[in-house]
Amino acid sequence: MGSQKMILSVRDLNIKFNLRGRKLHAIRDVSLDVYEGESLAIVGESGSGKSVFTKAFMGLLDANGYVESGRIVYRGTDMAGFTEKEWLKIRGKEIAMVLQDPMTSLNPLKTIGAQIGEAVRMHQGLKGDALKSAVVEILKNVGITEPERRAKQYPHEFSGGMRQRVVIAIAVACRPRILICDEPTTALDVTIQAQILKLLRDLKQKFDLTTIYITHDLGVVANVADRIAVMYAGDIVEIGKSEEVFYDPKHPYTWALLSSLPQLGKKGEDLYSIKGTPPNLFYEVKGDAFAARNPQALKIDFEERPPYFDVTETHKARTWLLDPRAPKVEPPEHIRELRKLGGKYNAGK
Amino acid sequence: MQGNKKDVVLSLRNLEVTFGEKRKKFVAVRNVSFDICRGETFGLVGESGSGKTTIGRAIVRIHPTSAGDILFNGQRINGVISKELDHEVTQKIQMIFQDPMASLNERAKVDYIVSEGLYNLKKKLSEAERKKRVEKALLDVGLLPEFASRFPHEFSGGQRQRIGIARALIMEPEFIVADEPISALDVSIRAQVLNLLSDLQKKRGLTYLFIAHDLSVMRFIADRIAVIHKGRIVELAETEKLFANPLHPYTRALLSAIPMPDPIAEQKKVLLVYDPSCHDYSVDKPRWLEIEPDHFVYGNEKEFEEYRRILSSSTGAGGV
Repeated sequence: MGSQKMILSVRDLNIKFNLRGRKLHAIRDVSLDVYEGESLAIVGESGSGKSVFTKAFMGLLDANGYVESGRIVYRGTDMAGFTEKEWLKIRGKEIAMVLQDPMTSLNPLKTIGAQIGEAVRMHQGLKGDALKSAVVEILKNVGITEPERRAKQYPHEFSGGMRQRVVIAIAVACRPRILICDEPTTALDVTIQAQILKLLRDLKQKFDLTTIYITHDLGVVANVADRIAVMYAGDIVEIGKSEEVFYDPKHPYTWALLSSLPQLGKKGEDLYSIKGTPPNLFYEVKGDAFAARNPQALKIDFEERPPYFDVTETHKARTWLLDPRAPKVEPPEHIRELRKLGGKYNAGK
Repeated sequence: MQGNKKDVVLSLRNLEVTFGEKRKKFVAVRNVSFDICRGETFGLVGESGSGKTTIGRAIVRIHPTSAGDILFNGQRINGVISKELDHEVTQKIQMIFQDPMASLNERAKVDYIVSEGLYNLKKKLSEAERKKRVEKALLDVGLLPEFASRFPHEFSGGQRQRIGIARALIMEPEFIVADEPISALDVSIRAQVLNLLSDLQKKRGLTYLFIAHDLSVMRFIADRIAVIHKGRIVELAETEKLFANPLHPYTRALLSAIPMPDPIAEQKKVLLVYDPSCHDYSVDKPRWLEIEPDHFVYGNEKEFEEYRRILSSSTGAGGV
């Protein structure tokens, strides 16, 4: 990975929200490097801060949210202190976003063609016939049949999967370098989900995109991600190559997330579920944020925040379990099974 | 499968549900028949628009049916029925809805939401008795009795779904239609709700009709699975048989779409897309056939031959 070019680099980012006179610490000291052309997935429960984190890359934080400290460096420029005017140059053109629910992210009063055309006109300045043919070309790219006719239709004439294709079409219309997909398939059926993921993979190839997926479902990202970052309580607790995180996870939270997948459940037995709730981020978190919900937590987990421990050059996790002095804690059964699945991969390391 | 096979709780006979009038008639469910036995979890899987929710809603008498029968404990419950039976059915068949954010009355307190069904009982309950029942229902789903005095917006998605389940349980139902109860929830919360549902089933001998679009959940919770496409059931089998030998091309497409937490396997995976035009039913008419014990599939003679070949070549293991 080291040889690859970095496109986005986040350093010690802290994001806070003002809420009824109190401060909520949504992102706590997060650093992340995104390499050009890779596909990165950020996984976490709702409320873990994964959406807030990526919204900060586009200057889309809610009005009461602000970057307290840290840098967001995109191709050499620090964007953390950008004004709205500066953001307009980035948004859509350099970094674009696909939102979760295709039912609400399109304007019901405008035709599909007009909505795609709007983006193209704003960023590429095309007009008239040139604009029309550009729109048709874009629709073709995202796999919509009869693009000339479909461009004149309204969102309600499209099914959920087709609408998501349109949203993707708008996002890639201006050839952004980074495409952020915020739960792109959560509102869709499994069969459609698989098709949309395939489309995103194809577009990434075709347009040389760097993609960042945000999802709560680890099952989905095995298919699309080169690297996976697991987020919990506003912090990245584990990050590594897809194979590393699936076949050899190190953080107890990653274990818990993987174990609770119904795909791994056995009939007649209880599915693994994570006890308790995530910590309240209105208060400063002490120690390892996951300690309170971790039945095997060590004493130090409640006292001191663990640093990152390197597992391999590309894989690191924030857990005291990786400290050489830590007692040996065996991962739960499901994780050991996953390890067997990745047997070949782990052996080849 | 648990219990005696003949103990059928709910039985659908050639059910048809249509929407709209003559010229614009749309058949949402066509010729659907299946039996659900006491104590089992019967899964109904299909994509959006396949009519799976319509079947669930027809069972709880929300949608009128246009043909066929729904039998509950041997009694017909669709169409015009007596007031007494209607009361009995509303009490004994309950529903859990998909989206806990939309299915709770935002202006009512949890106390009222959970016990609303009780007000409709013939035998009026005393206030103290009602309170006691609410308390018990909340405890049963793992919520605190104090929550009764709060409003829905004070709860997280998982907790709200528990309130929805408590609301169904308080009526002491025999049969619960669970319409995608977990698809709007986070993965970690999903596990909790699924465990709760199977726990309640064990304790109370409940029977579930579990509706979902995702086969991965089904394998974990359902005893038997029916796959529905465009209002027609195309395959029905015991869960493990279906996963070992999916026959209908649509079932195979659904199975191939399940995302697995295994990056190497995922990269090699071939995604199957179901194209209904692969069936040639112009001469050879399709029918519903029990191709192996407890495994039904919809097709014509030519396809059955192909399916039999798949069955005989597999050793029972393998599959997807």
